[in-house]
Amino acid sequence: MSVQIIRPGLLATIQDLGRYGFQQYGVVVGGAMDSLSLRLANILVGNEEGEAAIEITMMGTSLQFKEDALISITGGNLSPVIDENPVPSWRPIFVRKDAILSFTGCKLGCRAYVAVAGGFSIPEVMNSKSTYMRGEIGGFKGRALREGDLIPLAEENSFSRKVKEAYQRKLKQSSFAAADWHVPFERYVNRSVVRVLKGAEFEKFSDSSQKQFFEQEFHITPQSDRMGYRLSGASLQLKEPFELLSEAVANGTIQVPGDGNPIVLLADRQTTGGYPRIGQIAAADLPVIAQMKPGDRIRFQEIPLYKAEQLYIEREQEIAQIRTALLLKKWSFE
Amino acid sequence: MKKEREEIHIKPLGESAVTVQFGTEINSFINKKVKALATKLQNDSFSGFIECTPAFSSVTVFFDPFVVKQAYGEKEKTSFQIVRAILERMLKTFVEEKESTPQIVEIPVCYGGDFGPDLDFVAEHNGLSADEVIRLHASAQYPVYMIGFAPGFPYLGGLSEKINAPRRPSPRTSIPAGSVGIAGSQTGVYPISTPGGWQLIGRTPMALFRPDRDQPSVLSAGDIVKFAPITKEEYEQYRERLQ
Repeated sequence: MSVQIIRPGLLATIQDLGRYGFQQYGVVVGGAMDSLSLRLANILVGNEEGEAAIEITMMGTSLQFKEDALISITGGNLSPVIDENPVPSWRPIFVRKDAILSFTGCKLGCRAYVAVAGGFSIPEVMNSKSTYMRGEIGGFKGRALREGDLIPLAEENSFSRKVKEAYQRKLKQSSFAAADWHVPFERYVNRSVVRVLKGAEFEKFSDSSQKQFFEQEFHITPQSDRMGYRLSGASLQLKEPFELLSEAVANGTIQVPGDGNPIVLLADRQTTGGYPRIGQIAAADLPVIAQMKPGDRIRFQEIPLYKAEQLYIEREQEIAQIRTALLLKKWSFE
Repeated sequence: MKKEREEIHIKPLGESAVTVQFGTEINSFINKKVKALATKLQNDSFSGFIECTPAFSSVTVFFDPFVVKQAYGEKEKTSFQIVRAILERMLKTFVEEKESTPQIVEIPVCYGGDFGPDLDFVAEHNGLSADEVIRLHASAQYPVYMIGFAPGFPYLGGLSEKINAPRRPSPRTSIPAGSVGIAGSQTGVYPISTPGGWQLIGRTPMALFRPDRDQPSVLSAGDIVKFAPITKEEYEQYRERLQ
């Protein structure tokens, strides 16, 4: 049981929800950029929601299933096709042995997730299967996936097997069959406004920079990756210069180095930083920015702490509801 | 004279983390409190606790707001308020760790040249020669205050005031593993290749990050670091021995 990489495309890596408990040693958390899509991809195939999946970036990735498999595709719409037929996202899909899944172009968002029932059978490094490329650890041999890589799959659980077998009996000719229902989550992929809390050093920025931060649009520059996005736009200046003692940063921390261009720290961010922090993206909107790509415009909308918490809790409740609904679902087939 | 009692600030870092700030300066008195709270949290945490990141003068506590709210069932309070109250209770009762003999780690460094492209800047900025910067950097003992920023990256105290230098206005997009740098009154070593804004004065052949070990960082808070100047030939020999 395995998946073979036919073409890696721009960037494809194995990711889970990240590596926790080692930030005290400076070890980066990492994990899926869009953790919401990763969780849903896993839930849709009956996995634990933190199981590893393949994170596909932008386009060009092609993979082949070496056995019949139950899979799902979530996240951005990167125009997935199976043996040249378009395949829908956000639902369970049964694929026949030898089917080839390809991502042919970026339509909406920039990262898609492919989960396979059972998950990937690869060793954990510091309790996680996520690939941390700069540190060359985790994932498949500590690196991005390459042509020819054969990633072994683990045994699926009984729920997933039952669903898979039901499809196996129904499917006649074509190389895949998709469920006739989906979970309605595409909506966040196409947003350009991100909700933000004031950062710890917000008040240290000049009055005009404080205003510009929430009123003006910023561009995501090409110097953006899984570690962070460098933005351009208004140059944000401090009231007066000061050196900050390095302190912990978090996913979505927006820091401003001396050149005035903000940097949004993302999945592969450092554990601590020493630049003043003007903002902190609400956790519920991290998937929104994770789906943005260089060239996109972004706007920051201020929200208070209690609101960010409310969004966080509503998101968790929504995911819990989907998890329950899937278990109770009457599985029907096209 | 160092202030014996600085006010403790507890502030949110987003909706899922809080930072406990013991002060705003680097000193071993504050750093001991940092270690004590981090140890306490690791041994005796609370529902929803994920992990904590100790720094120079602060400890940041990461938690899951959903779990915290469910576990403590105080509807009208935010998880930040609940966690803050838990931390305040801990701070009233905690005990600082006893002094132990620190581990001394010698780190070989090849200074200047391609390995230390900012050595001349640091020298000029302080009105010194490059050799004087090397002599000053390699003659001090540096306590490790924290590990952070990147896997195994040590933040060190004890840098001579004569060789301080500001961070670069814009960080470099890639810095080679082993680079030794200065930022403000701090010095440190980059264990892996990463973007960074420090002024680079040299490079070590030593691997400070070992992902296959239980403790993945060679250094830990409380150790003492010494830098020993080596030549480019010695650097290459050391690298060869590693492979």
